[in-house]
Amino acid sequence: MSNIPDDFHFTPTHEWVRVDDNGVATVGISEHAQEALGDIVFVELPEPGTEIAARAEVAVVESVKAASDIYSPVSGEITEVNEALIDNPQLVNTAPYDDGWIYRMSVNDEKDLDELLNAEAYADHCSDE
Amino acid sequence: MMGIHTCLFDRHAAAGAKIVDFSGWDMPLHYGSQIEEHHQVRNAAGVFDVSHMTVVDVAGADAEDWLRYLLSNDVARLEAPGKALYSLLLNHDGGVVDDLIVYRTGAGYRMVSNCATRRKVLIWLVQNSTGFAVQIEERPHLAMMAVHGPDSISLACEALPADTIESVRGLGNFESLEHGDLLIARTGYTGELGLEVILPAEQAGALWDKLLTAGVKPAGLGARDTLRLEAGMNLYGQDMDEITSPLSANLGWTVSRRDEDRDFIGREAVLRHKQRQQDGELPILAGLVLEARGVLRNGQQVLTDKGEGVITSGSFSPTLKQSIALARIPKGSRNCQVELRGAKAPLKIVKPGFVRYGKRIFE
Repeated sequence: MSNIPDDFHFTPTHEWVRVDDNGVATVGISEHAQEALGDIVFVELPEPGTEIAARAEVAVVESVKAASDIYSPVSGEITEVNEALIDNPQLVNTAPYDDGWIYRMSVNDEKDLDELLNAEAYADHCSDE
Repeated sequence: MMGIHTCLFDRHAAAGAKIVDFSGWDMPLHYGSQIEEHHQVRNAAGVFDVSHMTVVDVAGADAEDWLRYLLSNDVARLEAPGKALYSLLLNHDGGVVDDLIVYRTGAGYRMVSNCATRRKVLIWLVQNSTGFAVQIEERPHLAMMAVHGPDSISLACEALPADTIESVRGLGNFESLEHGDLLIARTGYTGELGLEVILPAEQAGALWDKLLTAGVKPAGLGARDTLRLEAGMNLYGQDMDEITSPLSANLGWTVSRRDEDRDFIGREAVLRHKQRQQDGELPILAGLVLEARGVLRNGQQVLTDKGEGVITSGSFSPTLKQSIALARIPKGSRNCQVELRGAKAPLKIVKPGFVRYGKRIFE
């Protein structure tokens, strides 16, 4: 479990979130998750403007092998989705922490982040699975 | 728990393959991307390690008579060594015990059947050989690889023994040749041109390495599954099984009635199925194409104008870039839909077969 960016927060269900200086959160799935899913063929993106609660289903990632629901790590409003994934869903495989991001959102309550795992705790979580 | 390894396992591991359990064997699912491997086979050439398959040699004075009794297809059609055919093993109720390819060889016959069914099939063969003068010998020390794709034969000819090349180039579909311990056959499971090579395990590594040097790329079981699904080929245990008539699995053609007097296991049952089929009581195996986004999955229910059906194999077609499936649906169905994430999505019904030789084959 190498190269987990240390300014990211993780959920036990393998989403990541990174909050930038303007308070905008970017969400994706982890390297571990994309590796387990295999080649991703569709990403069902949320609608911008949607209010979403922490741990609610927000998107779907379908690989050749399986469909996987994506749960929002924090609560807030969807502000932007990664439209590049419509034509190129494999970005989630090739760059899960970068070009393979799924959506951006505002954060209602920064305390939601305290519930999440840091990189080290997430790596431990993955190795326990 | 560690599974059984083929003689090529160390090469798969060194190539970074994702290894998965496949009926007790540790097999490569992919070497990075199963979709890339799929395209590699459709567009150039890929090689699969299929040494987990069950290889059984049959010899003896009654070998032909026995196989004519045992198999749904008629080995009397194999008029000389070097010919092969696809067949089912039926049970007495006309259910499918397994599917296999039988090659006529210089010494008799060789059957290649599935890995997951190995024990059941070996027992079935022995149980049904009473009264026949046959020797049935499993060949667990043989390895097998499948080299497939439009460039497969020309690249394989750079790797195979030089004195086989002319004969290999001359092989027709379902023809084979023997060269010492090698059996080289124009058979496969991808809908592309290609060869299957059966050889002693200790020679397999060298051939594998030469194929890779020639430019063939390794492909895993993931790509093998999407390739066979695009080709409309059934997978045992999903699209056919012991309780489903071959007539409901698009396999009526494998039950040979070329010789009306031939007595074979399952004959009477399939005749009864035929009647039921004519009465419209038996479902068919159809191809389905999803024109919306999403992926059809095994076991999903579908609904047609004639009633309910079920997807037996569903996946994403890398060639067509949309989801396809094989499904058992009522005969005569004209429209079909599936529920995907709470919404009904229409499905196009086609003949079971989507891609051959790299090209879409349905309207």
